Amino acid sequence: MIKAHRIGVCVLALAAAAQVQAGGPAGTVKTVSGQVIVERDKQKFPATVGAPIEVSDTLRTGPDGAVGVTLHDSTLLSAGPRSTMVIDKFLYDSKTNEGRISVGVRKGTLAVATGKIAKRSPESVDFHTPTSTLGVRGTEFVIDVGAGSDE
Amino acid sequence: MNKSLGLLCAMSLLAGCASERVVLLPAHDGRASAVVLRDAGGGEVRLDRPYAATVRQFGNVTEYRSSVEDLQARFGAALAAQPARPASYLLYFQPGGEQLTDASQAELGKVRQDIAARAASEAMVIGHTDSVGGADGNDRLSLKRAEAVRQLLVDTGIAVDRIEVVGRGERELLVPTGDEVDEPRNRRVEIVVR
Repeated sequence: MIKAHRIGVCVLALAAAAQVQAGGPAGTVKTVSGQVIVERDKQKFPATVGAPIEVSDTLRTGPDGAVGVTLHDSTLLSAGPRSTMVIDKFLYDSKTNEGRISVGVRKGTLAVATGKIAKRSPESVDFHTPTSTLGVRGTEFVIDVGAGSDE
Repeated sequence: MNKSLGLLCAMSLLAGCASERVVLLPAHDGRASAVVLRDAGGGEVRLDRPYAATVRQFGNVTEYRSSVEDLQARFGAALAAQPARPASYLLYFQPGGEQLTDASQAELGKVRQDIAARAASEAMVIGHTDSVGGADGNDRLSLKRAEAVRQLLVDTGIAVDRIEVVGRGERELLVPTGDEVDEPRNRRVEIVVR
């Protein structure tokens, strides 16, 4: 009886997670200056204000580029010139504010102001560089990854 | 190119350790915050004061205190590209219906202006209830309230696909109460404009 109940809960949780995953893009491009490229499934296209950003997208800025993205849970990400960042994971249930965020900074500069997922469960949010993983505790911070770390 | 500098670069590449810098900023809402950095070797650095900073270079980790000037010089472009801060508005209903209070009617005008002023703006309309009634029923009621407010925004000319509705039921009481407590301030709709 208890087991059956647990399985039921698991199935429900999986269904909920699937629903969240299908729940549209991870975020929206809000600011663009200079050259900014979005890479998705080996396609490349210029980032424009209002463009959706999806899980697994890579954002690259040129020597004069900068871009700002607001994620669905109100997390703010913005990158300066010669930067590469990847939205590795983004899951968000707007009803419960539960979710998961993982963003990679391959090189360049990134400014972060965390949103509702970090407020609800900070352990579900991380940022990683080629050498470190950053855990957040309800936070605003900046990261710079220097030259020699592309890809 | 300076030979020894080239050698240092090559060494740092071999060691797989690019230079890396992290600075904790003052929290926008003034609340305490922190970041914790962990590396593959098990090293851990905790930054928990505004402007606390750490640099990793050639395998060495040093901590220092950054400043407004240091941030501007190193991160000015990234900070300038930061999207507008999301703003939150609260609307309340007159008892027994979906009619907003006069004050909330005025607030709705502000929400509309904010949505119109932002680039690629989006809104999340979040309905809440008090603790009277069951959790499932309150989930439905809160969603209904959110949908009613979305309709008000659509009526003023905002595209429906830019507005998401959510019913959070009694999960997030603005005024903490026990169960089954009639509390008008908890019967609200929050609009987050981002």
